[in-house]
Amino acid sequence: MVGLATAFGSGAMTNSIDDIADDAQAFFVIGTNTTENHPVIGMRIRQAVRQRGAKLIVADPRKIKLTDFATLHLRHQPGTDIALINGLMHIILANGWEDKGFIQERSEGFEDFKVVVDQYSPEKTSQITGVSIDDLETAAEILSQNKPASVLWAMGITQHTTGVGNVMSLANLQMLLGNMGVLGGGTNPLRGQNNVQGACDLGGLPDVYPGYQKVTDAAHREKFAQAWGLTEEQLSLNIGLTATEMMPLAVEGKLKAIYIMGEDPVMSEPDTNHIRKALETCDLVVLQEIFPSETAPYADVLLPGASFAEKDGTFTNTERRIQMVHKAITSPGEAKPDWWIISELAKKILAGGKRQVKEADFSAWEYQDTDQIMAEIAALTPIYGGVSHQRLINGETLQWPVKDAEHPGTPILHVGQFSRGKGQFNPIEHIPPVELPDKDFPMILSTGRVLYHWHGGQMTRRSKGLLDIYPEALIEVNDLDAEKLGLNGNKRVRVSSRRGTIEAQALVTDRVPPGMVYANFHFPEASANELTIAALDPVAKIPEYKVCAVKVESV
Amino acid sequence: MGKVNLIIDGKEIQAEQGDTILQAARRHNHYIPILCDHPALPPEGACRICLVEIEGQRALHPSCTYPVTEGMVVETNTERVRAARKFNLELLISDHPLDCMTCEATGNCLLQDLAYEYEVKEDVFHGTRHHFSVNDPNPFIQVDRNKCILCRRCVRACREINGVEAISVFYRGFNAYIGFGADSSMDNSPCEFCGSCVEVCPTGALWPKLSLGQGRSWEVEKVQTTCPYCGVGCQLVLEVKDNKIIKVDSAWEGPSNHGWTCVKGRFGYDFIQHADRLDKPRVRKYLLDGKQKPAASKRDHEKEGNPWQWVEVDWEVALGITAEKMNQTRDTYGADSMGFLTSAKCLNEENYLMNKLTRQVIGTNSIDHCARL
Repeated sequence: MVGLATAFGSGAMTNSIDDIADDAQAFFVIGTNTTENHPVIGMRIRQAVRQRGAKLIVADPRKIKLTDFATLHLRHQPGTDIALINGLMHIILANGWEDKGFIQERSEGFEDFKVVVDQYSPEKTSQITGVSIDDLETAAEILSQNKPASVLWAMGITQHTTGVGNVMSLANLQMLLGNMGVLGGGTNPLRGQNNVQGACDLGGLPDVYPGYQKVTDAAHREKFAQAWGLTEEQLSLNIGLTATEMMPLAVEGKLKAIYIMGEDPVMSEPDTNHIRKALETCDLVVLQEIFPSETAPYADVLLPGASFAEKDGTFTNTERRIQMVHKAITSPGEAKPDWWIISELAKKILAGGKRQVKEADFSAWEYQDTDQIMAEIAALTPIYGGVSHQRLINGETLQWPVKDAEHPGTPILHVGQFSRGKGQFNPIEHIPPVELPDKDFPMILSTGRVLYHWHGGQMTRRSKGLLDIYPEALIEVNDLDAEKLGLNGNKRVRVSSRRGTIEAQALVTDRVPPGMVYANFHFPEASANELTIAALDPVAKIPEYKVCAVKVESV
Repeated sequence: MGKVNLIIDGKEIQAEQGDTILQAARRHNHYIPILCDHPALPPEGACRICLVEIEGQRALHPSCTYPVTEGMVVETNTERVRAARKFNLELLISDHPLDCMTCEATGNCLLQDLAYEYEVKEDVFHGTRHHFSVNDPNPFIQVDRNKCILCRRCVRACREINGVEAISVFYRGFNAYIGFGADSSMDNSPCEFCGSCVEVCPTGALWPKLSLGQGRSWEVEKVQTTCPYCGVGCQLVLEVKDNKIIKVDSAWEGPSNHGWTCVKGRFGYDFIQHADRLDKPRVRKYLLDGKQKPAASKRDHEKEGNPWQWVEVDWEVALGITAEKMNQTRDTYGADSMGFLTSAKCLNEENYLMNKLTRQVIGTNSIDHCARL
């Protein structure tokens, strides 16, 4: 999201699912296995292709299901997204297909950007990416001749050490084509979890208060200090630690306590052995969860939370849409809504500790319901300024920014003007992944999810039907590699990296190209994250889940 | 779009150019019975229940496919129309099980409603009946072809909504039946189990296996909410009976999904009531005993007396111990020695509170979640 924030001033999906599905004349789908990970958006893309003839370009090393519907499949080498996008932009510029008016009026930095793109000739791009010059030219032509085109991506773009560069390249592409601020266009990162957008929006990040108000900005600090009954010195001006930075510090003994709500780092973080070590080294691990997850053995305190069906409140979806969650049933036993647990804990910490909190508008923790919490959010978070449960219950559909109680929300960002004023072209050079295959670890591992399971699998492995239809981890191996490896009848494989080893059933398929295997992280007995590398994008701190080197053996 | 004026049952109405008679009638809340039509799907003209009389036309015509024309005069409820509908319903019933008393769809079955409305009381055409076995082995959807009326709603839903074309009608006439893939089982076809077919099935031919025997349509409370899986934010309707979710229905007005959803949203809800759910706070025994944290190597949660043993406690004790340990950590090592992981699964309101806990109560900015993972 840092990439988009740099280019445009706001790091969220720019358009709405409806306008993308109904108005895009072409889709550029790169690094999202949409039909499996955002199935309803996948459905909408298939409908657009079948029912109104929209063009679809899929750029993915794997032959994902959407490729059956694609006008063109660019099967580039993993970790060569920047080169691919630069190469496409090179062809667009060479043919004069760029939107000169848009570049002139709404962007800056074009000249510096062009210098870099000029170096990515079709020959050079083809050599880096493995995509033929013909296909590169066809793709550039499709994107130029079918407007608006919408770009969609997910973790296939961001989970690289060059994740931010990848995103900025896509922002460059859409500005070059003039596809910003229009129905059916835009830069659209699909968010993987029901409320990952909301968690980002409401201060669940180390560098920002709710509504992306920077912690390093003294004015924002003053605002929150006043609202929460603190002196300014009591709030830190320093950016905090990301999850991927906390774990190494815990191993070193510098991070002493970790409080985890509804997350399962043992399944979801890279290099699982390292995570286990980190949690074991902490003095205190508090886990607020609905299940005894894979992280639970490392916890000192386990607090039972409520599932989504047991509480009222809101989630914010990938298109910035704030929607109600309604309580349908009561929680088992003494399990409590997470907002109740946090409030009660906060009161106890404040009552027993040395930290002084004065009386102020929002210093207290006496919440009767989540409606009251939303009122506090609205008062302190400009992009949620006009959000209330009542408006949502009345049937209004609100996409942030919602400036005040009368504002109808914002279905498309950057119409007429970018959040930062002019859009910023950024010159981006291709950099290869950190760990590439070598003699000892000759194949590439890429990781992700499958349709029938979800993230660390705590929920889906406890859903009978989903477990029945996909009962164990499968590792995708190309037919040619299977033959080379001499996979025998039982097709079990052992996959090892410098960090760990897993054994699982192989799925022999041409979905993966030769030289690459693909594994998921849904099953603790064979989780891909035992193998993944904790190499991070230097800015966004995202681990490189999509490329690391492994050795594959037949068992 | 131009307007078209016509008369339905003596009432002058205005329709849009290109409307069918059925669509025009619906715009004016004028009821015409039909089985094969569904608002989310293109018209099919399969069931012959929506027949109407059109002035100047000798035969009855299906209103779901017949386009409106200027000055058209339509009668939707004459003796002749009603008799034709009843005849068609009797034909359907002559090859349909009359087991409404145990059928899952009872109370939520269009065929049952229309049989009631047209007073179809028994099987008047005694002929051959189908006896299909009900044995599709997939884990999600029960397929009972005996209850299928060949309206092709499922065929259209699979083609038009999910776009995978896993369902089609095999053979013709009395031999016709719905089948999957190359006439195989559902799990051996391109089916992705989005459940759109189940949602639009007007009878009990397609039914969620998880919902079998769980409750009657009139016993449930319906609660609309947002799906807990991916970021699309599908709206779902949960059917609740006796504090248990027994079925998920489409929320057709959901702004991001328009009633569609995927296999996880429709059939992946039973985790909520899984026996593994944590229902009491727990702390390690060493914390209750006021001891230092023992070495990880000594960990044995099951063993009685082991310092790592989990002990169930009440909220007062659990939160008291947690607050005390957190205060100690901060006072000894500083606020930046603590890290907080908030949750992309939890509510906006809860994420805000975690941010407030981290920053106001503890005094660090080290809060994050798995957005990157």
